[in-house]
Order: sequence, then structure tokens, then C-alpha cells
Amino acid sequence: MMLEVKDLHVTVEGSEILKGLTLTVNPGEVHAIMGPNGAGKSTLSAVIAGKDGYEVTGGSITFEGKDVLEMEIEERAQAGLLLGFQYPVEIPGVKNIYLLKAALNAQRTARGEEEIPAPEFMKLVREKLNFMQMDPSFLQRAVNEGFSGGEKKRNEILQMLVLQPKLAMLDEIDSGLDIDAMKVVAKGINSLRSEERAILLVTHYQRLLDHIEPDVVHVLVDGRIVKSGDKNLALELESRGYDWLVEGSAA
Amino acid sequence: MASQEMEQLVRREYTQGFVTDIESDTVPPGLDESTIAFISGKKGEPEWMLEWRLDAYHQWLKMTPPSWAHLDYPPIDYQAISYYSAPKKPEDRPQSLDEVDPKLLETYEKLGIPLHERAALAGVAVDAVFDSVSVTTTFKDKLAEAGVIFCSISEAIRDYPELIKQYLGSVVPKADNYFAALNSAVFTDGSFVFVPEGVTCPMELSTYFRINAANTGQFERTLIICEKQAQVSYLEGCTAPMRDENQLHAAVVELVALEDAYIKYSTVQNWYPGDEDGKGGIYNFVTKRGDCRGDRSRISWTQVETGSAITWKYPSCVLRGKDSIGEFYSVAVTNGRQQADTGTKMIHIGEGTRSYIVSKGIAAGRSDQSYRGLVKIGPRAKGARNFTQCDSLLIGDRCGAHTFPYQEIGNATSTLEHEATTSKIGEDQLFYCQTRGISEEDAVSMIVNGFCKDVFQELPMEFAVEAEALLNVTLEGAVG
Repeated sequence: MMLEVKDLHVTVEGSEILKGLTLTVNPGEVHAIMGPNGAGKSTLSAVIAGKDGYEVTGGSITFEGKDVLEMEIEERAQAGLLLGFQYPVEIPGVKNIYLLKAALNAQRTARGEEEIPAPEFMKLVREKLNFMQMDPSFLQRAVNEGFSGGEKKRNEILQMLVLQPKLAMLDEIDSGLDIDAMKVVAKGINSLRSEERAILLVTHYQRLLDHIEPDVVHVLVDGRIVKSGDKNLALELESRGYDWLVEGSAA
Repeated sequence: MASQEMEQLVRREYTQGFVTDIESDTVPPGLDESTIAFISGKKGEPEWMLEWRLDAYHQWLKMTPPSWAHLDYPPIDYQAISYYSAPKKPEDRPQSLDEVDPKLLETYEKLGIPLHERAALAGVAVDAVFDSVSVTTTFKDKLAEAGVIFCSISEAIRDYPELIKQYLGSVVPKADNYFAALNSAVFTDGSFVFVPEGVTCPMELSTYFRINAANTGQFERTLIICEKQAQVSYLEGCTAPMRDENQLHAAVVELVALEDAYIKYSTVQNWYPGDEDGKGGIYNFVTKRGDCRGDRSRISWTQVETGSAITWKYPSCVLRGKDSIGEFYSVAVTNGRQQADTGTKMIHIGEGTRSYIVSKGIAAGRSDQSYRGLVKIGPRAKGARNFTQCDSLLIGDRCGAHTFPYQEIGNATSTLEHEATTSKIGEDQLFYCQTRGISEEDAVSMIVNGFCKDVFQELPMEFAVEAEALLNVTLEGAVG
């Protein structure tokens, strides 16, 4: 297995958000985590990525056998865990292309590889940019600065395509996207699908799953996964809502 | 990341603090006419120079230190400072690098300034100022061939008295301000550059200043003159060893550009900023001014200021000549308890004069930083133009950045543009970079360097690399 989350308990500012979450993701799989607002969906990906302010009070996270909670944030990324943000931050003064190159080289260096030669890098980036239907001028703009919501999300996927993570975690990647942007983003994510790679989608709505077909759907309610199933579970949620599961978990 | 960690990230040790043990020939602390006569005598100066100094001294006695800057420091006891210090045997100064005290060379090595390598490889002539006396000057022949004079100011006073009489104090008058008057009275060394008409200086000129003897104020005096259509690029870089007592540094730099001349003056300053409480750092009160005397002349100041406990510095341009151009590109970094009040003055006198100001301030730790800029357009400066860009970047939440732009506009045909921004390196930005595999330290340096790139690109190549490295060292923390 690639990612194993066992009985994870996480507290944020004194209140417990994840209350014994267990999840296993294997290579080649696409998992969707769904659930009502406040269930702890974003907390899960944030904890896996290593965000400050989340206290793990119990349980474990292992990635390819390594204890993720013992790793620095950048080490997690270097190991192949990549988080796509719901609200990517703006970094004025730092060109997009510079961030991409620094990130790629940091990961290569961590793997004991040489830094990528500039021409090879440019070729790679142009190809991915093209695929994401982004204008080359994006590269020269400051990271996310003045980007529209859709542009920011495309940029997150562009980074994924360049960095080629083993496990791509996408937090509400569909929020704020119109249907055309959604199609492009979904195309990007689908292109990441492979035997060696896994994808974890955190989403509130079913509509993203019309474009990216998940292998497993989990329903996260009140800090626990209360139900797992195949893609049909997502459709059921679409028609029935979450209430029937929320009531069940309260017991 | 907690703000405490953020602070650790920006805290760093001064890596260039050490003292070279070269016996100094130092006068006892104190300042009176006899001290000035001693300095003038030591330098073998003519009578008129002594009189010039004494005149400055008498004017200084009547002046009071400026209090308008956004700085906080205890009063300086000018009688507690020693005003002269020189390596022991000034008479048998080395004629080449081979003869230079190996300890001095070692010092340069520690600073990461391999003098001979730098001089040879980069083709840079170095007039190394070490404790107030020039120890070595290289590449003089090549410069002489081009007709360029590059020597210490003391030599120039002896060898080129007419040029000195004509130009010294002509840009920064003796009594211009408190620190300039003090400098005029007691300056001990510095550089002199004269580029004759039509000559482009064949290499970049570089002087490394270094404060060394304990408790000795350094009063450098630099004078650069470019005749008609002449050009020169001058680099000034400074480092200092660790100290317990505050060291006063009050330099004066004067630039004169005649018709169609171009002077580019670049500084990287990395003096000891003091310990965590700000104790022991350098006080840097500098007067730098360029006079665009001739039509179409151009003077460009580029500075990277990372050191000193207190910086008080406003490199300025007096745009006298028609269509002359003044430029100021600045990066100022403060950390710990550092204070900086810095900026520029652009005085538009001639018709069609233009000025550009790009100022980037980075404040971290508990430091406090101000940009103070004056753009003055005189009544005859028809069609004058100024563009000012003034940006501040804050790291952590206990530092401060302030902007004081002043504008005095004396005619209706001038155009002024002013842009200013303040931003903050946020924990979210660092987290974002880290989730891409970039370490916290590299992320800070990436953001800071991105912020400064408009200024760095104005620096000569090898200086730009040095400046980037310096910024990384300055903001290096206990991370990793």
C-alpha cells in the first residue's frame, strides 16, 4: 500500500476534528473523500501535508512505509506527497517559473539526482503548460498574484504535472471553477492517473466526479469515515444528501 | 509555524566577526585642533589642507547632531573616539600584494574576498583601505595608461593639489551637515578617482573598506570626478569584525559628472549590526552626493545595505545639467535590533532632468526601517520627471517599516510618479513553498531575492552574486 492512515486523531485549537480516521490508498487508485462542511475533509489533507497548528493526538500516517508525522514538510513533498490547495497563496516578486524550477530541483536533489538542465526544463514546462491550456506568460507572472480563481487552480495542476508526485492530494480543487475550467482541470488530473500513482480528491460535490471517475469513495462525517464504496456511492450522496449518514454516525 | 520559529528563522549570527591583530599606531581618544594637526601631519599634507580641516572643525563645533531621523540611539561622546589609526610602518608600505601582511590577506580570505584572485580574475583594481591607510593598490599601470587616476585621497592631496582644491567639498560643502563637517575635519583616508575627458575607465574600480582597530571611528573621504564624456563604475564593499563598543563611521562621498559623463557607484555594506540586543554594532552616518554638473550627465547609485546597528544614509543627486539623469536603486535589510533611516534626494535644477528611485526595504526581527526620499523640482527644471517605487517587505510581526516621501515642486511642467507597497512574508507563503519540496530557508531567500531583483539587476555581475549570497546569510536562521 502507498498511504496508510490509522485511527488518526487530530485536534485544532483544543477541539478534536478527526476522531479516529482510517484510510488506505494503494498505487493506481483514485480516492474521493466527500462529506458535509466541517466534517474534517480539509484537515485530513492538511495534516498529511504537515500544516502547522494541527495536533496529532493519536494514530499514525505512513507513506511507503515511512512515518509521515516524523518528516519535515518539504521532506514529505520530496518523498512524493503533493498537496493542491483550495486557496493557493500569492507570492509577489517570485516568478511562477522560478518556483517551479526551485521545487523540481529541490525534489531531484533530495532524490540524489542532478538539477534539471535549463533547456530540458523549459521543454517540460512548455509541454505541460500547453496541456493545461495556459498562456506562456503565466510563467513570468508572480506566483498566483492577480490570478483568477480558475487560473490558480490550473496552476496547482500545472505544478502537479511538472513535479509528478506519487500521491496527489487535491483539496476542493473544483471550488470556484466554471464548467470549462473544470474540464481542463479534470483533464490534467486524469493525465496523472497511472499504475504507480495515487490520487486523493477531497470534494464537497459530486460534479467533479463526473469528470474524474474514482475507484473508491469515502464519506467523512464528524471526523470519521462512516461509509466507503465505489463511484455509485457518490451518486447516491448526490441524490440523498449526507443527512442519512450524519444521523447514523451520531449514535 | 509559530511566530517564535519565524523569528528563529530570521535570526542569524554574524559570520564575519573576527579581529586581525596588526599593531596600530593610534592617537589617544579625543578631538581638538592638535588631533587634526596630528592627522594632517601624519598624512604629510600641505598647510592649506590643514586650514581646510580646521575651518571644518570650527564650523562643526557650532553645529548640533540631526534629530529628525526615525532613529533611537544614545548621544555619541565624540571625545571618546580615537581619530587616527594606521598600520605600524606607513613608510614601508608594500608595493605589491606579495609584500602585504599575510594576516591582512588572511582577513580577506575569511571575508570571502580573495583579493589577488579577485583582482587578477575579475580585472578589478583594488585600493584596499585597511584601518585608514591604503595598504595596496593594484592595476595602477593599466589605469595610468588610460589616463585614469585611482589612488588614496591622501596621495591625491599630495600629488594632485589643483584637482583637490577645485573639487573637494564642492559637492558636499564642509558644513553641509553635522557628520559631513566632522568628516571634513578628521577624514583619514578614502579613494580618489579622476577620469579624463572622453575616457571610459577600462575596468571596474573597487575599494574594500574595513573597520578594524577597536574604538576607532572611520572617516573615509571619497571623491570621484568624470570629465566630459568619461565613464566609470565604482564598487564599494564593506565588512567589519565583531566589536563590543559602538563604532562610528561617518564617510563622505562626492561624485562630479561633467557633460555626458556617467558615474555608476555601487555599494554592498555588511557591517557588524550588533548582538541580539543591538549592542556593539556600527553607527553608519554617511553623506553621499553626486553632482550632475554637465548637460546629459548621469549618476547612478546602487546600494545593498545589510549591516550596521544604525544607518543614516541618503545618496543623492543634484541634477544641474540640462537633461541629466539621477538614479537610486536600494535594498536595505534590517534584522535583530537594527535601525535604518535611508533613502535619497533628487534635486532637479536643470531643464529636462530625470530621476528614478527604486527602494526595497526588508525588515525582520525587531528592526525598524524608514525610507526617506525627497524629490525637489526647481522653478527652472522645466519638463523634469521623477519615478519613485518604494516597497517594503516585513518578516515576522515585531519589525516596522515606514515611508516618508517628500515632494517639493517648483514648476507646473514636471511629472512625478510614486508607487509604494508593503507586504509580508506570511507563514502561508512559506508553507506553500515547503509543500512543493522547498526548504523554509530557501523559501525565504527565494521570496526576498524575488522582491529585490529590480535592484540586483542594476549591480555589476559579480557584485550581484555577492549581494544575493549576503542577503541569504543575513536572513539565515537556526532552521535545519
